[in-house]
Amino acid sequence: MRLHNISINNLRRRKGKAIFLIIGLLIGVTTVVTLITLTRAMEEDIGKKLDELGANIIIIPRSHDLALNYGGLQFSGVALDVKPLHQSDLSKIRSIKNNENLSIVAPKLITSAKINGNEALLVGANFREELRLKKWWKVLTPDSERKSISDRRGSDGMKHVQSPQGTSAYLLRNSLTEKDLLVGSAAAHHLNLHEGTSVDIQGQTFQVRGILEETGSQDDALIFADLSKVQRTLGKEGQLSLIEVAALCNSCPIDEIVKQISEVLPGAKVTAIKQAVESRMETLRHFKRFSVGISAVVLLIGSLIVFTTMMASVNERTREIGIFRAMGFRKGHITQVILLEAFLIGLLAGAMGYLAGVGSSRLALPFFLQVQESKIGWDLVMALSAVGISVALGLTASIYPALRAARMDPAESLRAI
Amino acid sequence: MGLIEFKAVSKYYESAGERVAALKDLNLNIEAGEFIAVMGPSGSGKSTLLNILGGLSHPSVGEIRVDGIDIYRLKGEKLADYRREYIGFVFQSFHLIPYLTILENVMLPLAIIPCRNGDRREMAVQVLEKVRLAEKSRRLPNQLSGGEQERVAIARALVNNPPIILADEPTGNLDSATGKEIMGLLSELNSEGQTVIMVTHNPENARFAHRIVQLKDGEVQE
Repeated sequence: MRLHNISINNLRRRKGKAIFLIIGLLIGVTTVVTLITLTRAMEEDIGKKLDELGANIIIIPRSHDLALNYGGLQFSGVALDVKPLHQSDLSKIRSIKNNENLSIVAPKLITSAKINGNEALLVGANFREELRLKKWWKVLTPDSERKSISDRRGSDGMKHVQSPQGTSAYLLRNSLTEKDLLVGSAAAHHLNLHEGTSVDIQGQTFQVRGILEETGSQDDALIFADLSKVQRTLGKEGQLSLIEVAALCNSCPIDEIVKQISEVLPGAKVTAIKQAVESRMETLRHFKRFSVGISAVVLLIGSLIVFTTMMASVNERTREIGIFRAMGFRKGHITQVILLEAFLIGLLAGAMGYLAGVGSSRLALPFFLQVQESKIGWDLVMALSAVGISVALGLTASIYPALRAARMDPAESLRAI
Repeated sequence: MGLIEFKAVSKYYESAGERVAALKDLNLNIEAGEFIAVMGPSGSGKSTLLNILGGLSHPSVGEIRVDGIDIYRLKGEKLADYRREYIGFVFQSFHLIPYLTILENVMLPLAIIPCRNGDRREMAVQVLEKVRLAEKSRRLPNQLSGGEQERVAIARALVNNPPIILADEPTGNLDSATGKEIMGLLSELNSEGQTVIMVTHNPENARFAHRIVQLKDGEVQE
């Protein structure tokens, strides 16, 4: 028989009250664990998706452009002293300190070329990198191609908004050869190109592997071909017009990466598409702030439940406390008994709350993210923090009730009915 | 010098703005090994006397010396220590802790003294044997009769072997046969050397005492 036996037995034999106290804290801990786990999973998922969604750094040759107004005519972009980018710059980019954060490096050579006798914009690109960068690209299937064209003007003469369902161009990444072309929708329409059409570019024969679904961007007007093939065909070996870089920016310092690339490529202009990255992160930040707010409120309510229940319990046990005091228990002993109960309640609620939190976030995750498999694992640090917070709140909420119990006048307490 | 000395002790209460005296200028000497019955009508100050002696309620005036110690001059939590070392309380309504077994109830005063848990158990079993309840030690208080509960209360008061037993109407909630049994037990303890101070209404019980202190309106009627 020690002091802790009093606490344990009281909880064991007054189960109703103990369960009520545990539930009070449990709801709080479960909510916090759920929100944190969900936020983390979403952060990871969004971060991953967004990082792969497109470039966030663009590298172009540095040129000293002058706008020239000559005889009332506007000449813009009179390029002086242009240092073109070179194939060898790619390995320089890969050599920066934050290389690990570089997810995709997609070089491009943009040039005009005679295609079937018509002038068009040709882009030499590394298909593998390009398709990873532009995961939203869809290739029209022959079926949807027809539909897309017929949809442009329906029988009522109105433009239909129904979008054709193409297949993801990403699926082609391993099967594209250097003779293949991917053609933007506007270019295909303009040059009357279809999947399978053979195309002559500067005397070389290429084949259209796919027509890209309309994206609404500059890509619609472009024809994409293999980079080295384009370089060779047009006699521009090693030359690049621009390099798009996607950095994994969930945690990386984008400004730092821009600085590092600028250092290794002094002749290039490195620009971060900062806004896009920042707005991605901002959304997450809002959700986090919201989570913190909700967590704080729920924990506060949990603590209040513990506080009021403990106060009621202390009042109910007034006579019991009087008996303890009459037996020679010091004030400290009484405080110990009450706080030990709070500690045990906190411990149980914390452990159960963690389990419940992980369980409920696993259940809730599919509603937040379109993922089938659950990626939420067990996390010891989180489990310990959950128990720690629960115990701390349980104890904090019980300090006043415990002190009140200890300060009760023993003679008065014994008279209580 | 006796074991217990009350020197000009008075206790006043505030009631509806008026000062009411529960004890007036009480002088009393109790020797070690005495069995005292404190008698008197309701409100005569019997319980106040017991509470003051038990270290539960400060007197308004005067001093109480127990074993030479001026107990209300003890600092901090020393008064709690005094209760633990010198006093065993036996209450009228038993005051057992409902969620602890009989054995645990008896071991309760030992929970705060440094000793091995096995020793605590042994001491508790010994006193339970003395009150003939050892075989019911695993039960909860509500599974015992009134007389048995009072015996548990006595065992609990005895377990750390205090020199003074304070009993407040120990038979008040019991039938007369059980009451006699309890009085016999207290008398037995007294004969073994414990000083017993008992508050009672019952003249039958008072016959077990060596001396009767009659109180009226807070004053001793010799």
